Amino acid sequence: MNRPFIIMVGAGLILLLATLMLVVMPYLQMSAEQVPPDLKPYTAQELVGRQLYIGNGCIYCHSQQPRDPSFAPGDGDRGWGRPSVPGDYTYDTPHLMGTMRTGPDLFNIGARQPSMDWQLIHLYNPQAVLKGSIMPPYRFLFRHVENPGPDDYVVNVPPPFGPKTGKIIATDEALALTAYLLSLDHTYPAPTLPKPIDIVDIKE
Amino acid sequence: MTPTIAILLIITFLLSTVGLLVLIWSITNNQFSQSQEAARTIFSPGEEGHSEDPALESNKPFLGNTEIQAAAILDRWKSDQSSRTAVLSWLSSAVFWLVVGSFYGLMSSIKMHVPEFMADSAMFTFGRVRPMHLNAVTYGWSSMAGIGVALFLIPRLFKTILVGRKFVIAGCGIWNLGLLMGLAAINMGLSDGKEWLEFPWQIDILFVLAGGLCAIPLVLTTANRKVKHLYVTSWYLLAALVWFPILFLIANIPFTFPGATGATVNWWFAHNVLGLWVTPIGVGIAYYLIPKILGKPIISYNLSLIGFWTLALFYSQVGIHHLIGGPVPTWLVTLSIVHSVMMSIPVVAVAINHHGTMMGSFHRLKDSPTLRFVWIGALMYTVVSLQGSLEALRSINVITHFTHFTVAHSHLGMYAFLSFILFGAYYFIIPRLINWEWPWRRLITLHFWLVSIGIFIMVVSLSIAGLKQGVALLDAKMPFIDIVRMTVPYLEARTIGGILMTLGHLVFAFHFIAMLLRKGKAHAHPTLFRHAEIKEMNS
Repeated sequence: MNRPFIIMVGAGLILLLATLMLVVMPYLQMSAEQVPPDLKPYTAQELVGRQLYIGNGCIYCHSQQPRDPSFAPGDGDRGWGRPSVPGDYTYDTPHLMGTMRTGPDLFNIGARQPSMDWQLIHLYNPQAVLKGSIMPPYRFLFRHVENPGPDDYVVNVPPPFGPKTGKIIATDEALALTAYLLSLDHTYPAPTLPKPIDIVDIKE
Repeated sequence: MTPTIAILLIITFLLSTVGLLVLIWSITNNQFSQSQEAARTIFSPGEEGHSEDPALESNKPFLGNTEIQAAAILDRWKSDQSSRTAVLSWLSSAVFWLVVGSFYGLMSSIKMHVPEFMADSAMFTFGRVRPMHLNAVTYGWSSMAGIGVALFLIPRLFKTILVGRKFVIAGCGIWNLGLLMGLAAINMGLSDGKEWLEFPWQIDILFVLAGGLCAIPLVLTTANRKVKHLYVTSWYLLAALVWFPILFLIANIPFTFPGATGATVNWWFAHNVLGLWVTPIGVGIAYYLIPKILGKPIISYNLSLIGFWTLALFYSQVGIHHLIGGPVPTWLVTLSIVHSVMMSIPVVAVAINHHGTMMGSFHRLKDSPTLRFVWIGALMYTVVSLQGSLEALRSINVITHFTHFTVAHSHLGMYAFLSFILFGAYYFIIPRLINWEWPWRRLITLHFWLVSIGIFIMVVSLSIAGLKQGVALLDAKMPFIDIVRMTVPYLEARTIGGILMTLGHLVFAFHFIAMLLRKGKAHAHPTLFRHAEIKEMNS
């Protein structure tokens, strides 16, 4: 090969082919997929929380993509939910599927831990509800006040994790992040998943 | 679904037909019968059989026995000097980002087993420090050092001088500015949210601009070439410099890929950064330095041709193996798995050439810092690539996916392969640019052992942790928190490895600065790991 032009054009064409296969084709197929009818768009507060999830890098330890039980049985057995389908991510831009499970999958955390207080205490200090957790505390999303006002959301952090005097209150950011986490509930049926054959139906 | 399959079949058919026609054309036009002569273009007349290494133990540097030979050596010196300021600007910046990136890496590592470490500041929370580490070492260290080495090698390979240096230096400034702003953005929580693509897209424009400024001199230099054959290294470097800008541009277009399609674009890009950017750079550098230091051409030029085109074809389509079991079409995942396994072809082709050329010359590893770093890097390329092919198989991926095993694998690639080759290239290039020898050989030895032991501890501990974690995750009987506790000792071991690597980088950076300031004695002989033989030679 003695012509740089051919090498560069050849290299470009091969990448074009790869782009066609890995970007264009999946785009055509997946954007035509049915949106699950029960999937709700995020509220304004949840979107603020989602931005905090991105900004504080939650994806580096948490995935949002339970796998098929016939492939990886642990995911379903741990209560992480049914396998996710492309339609579930219709309102997720950018996607937050993640690649790491230092912590558990969060695709259905809103269904698994629906308590707002649990979520807030856990964010304030994960060790307070889960001994041995290596998740970092997000105390910077909370404020320490001596006398909380009537509109403040007080978080009752159990001793010895809370302050000695006064109260911990959740900032708007903490409340938004919690709202986003609680919105992660994809327990509705997915129309595009192959349905298990119902034996009763066949008999009838 | 049916139209998709139909389109796929049509594309496959068209591709095979085109491929067949290209094959017939290339055979009839003798495109494959590259003589082994082409492998010798890297040597100046009469140089074959002489090592071009500051660390050669027994021969004096080859300066040419005839006037023609001496003139060729002088021309090469002129090529080197022509790229001096341009190359040094990129290489010095890269060292700076290596040190910065190491500290962010170390900080992330400590945070994984001491969650309270620096936990009260939002700016230094784990989820921000970790992507800062990745971006600093990928776009700062690896990419800048890679571009710097490419800028040094291209005038040399084309036996000409680097034209348009001002563009390169301006590009370097803009690239650094982009990094500074991008890292600050992540630090402030303004990440774009996709792995390997965290820098806000507005800042990414700076990188496109800087890359474009480097492309101009490269195209001009290539047009001015004075060689008949294009050596293997130049194919890899030219292709990489075409690929990266396209990839980076497409992947960063905002508001285009919603939902799950964003994930396929994300991983198409992220694995291509490895496959079509840092791999061709690393492999290309090794293809130049190994034969140059040994003074003998690579064993099979034809094999290198096959290696190059198969790499281009297969590596560009492996990305979706990062989404095995994920919510993307099965055919797509299978396509990437097939290509991941096919990658063993270019990897074996490159391995035969690199290690085959080394056969009979392994004793040189004792003395030459460049050869030691570069060959270990090349060996780790073979290891990490074959490991990657296996890891893409569904049966293995179901265990290793989502675990620390992947982190071990990526460091084996980006560090033990790429960074080692880059370190070797630094030890080769800098003396030629500033006409000064490395001041203290013990610092090179110290650097080598610190980073080697460091990366060994890190890869071994994380691989074990990842396998245990992956197996345990498959069975819900073990509570999740117990899996977390199980991995903690291995994460602590990783911090020890990280400390050693960071110390190694500090030694390297110190030596690099001392070199730029021309510290130490003016050496009459090259810097060696051991210089007993030199004393004999001089006496």
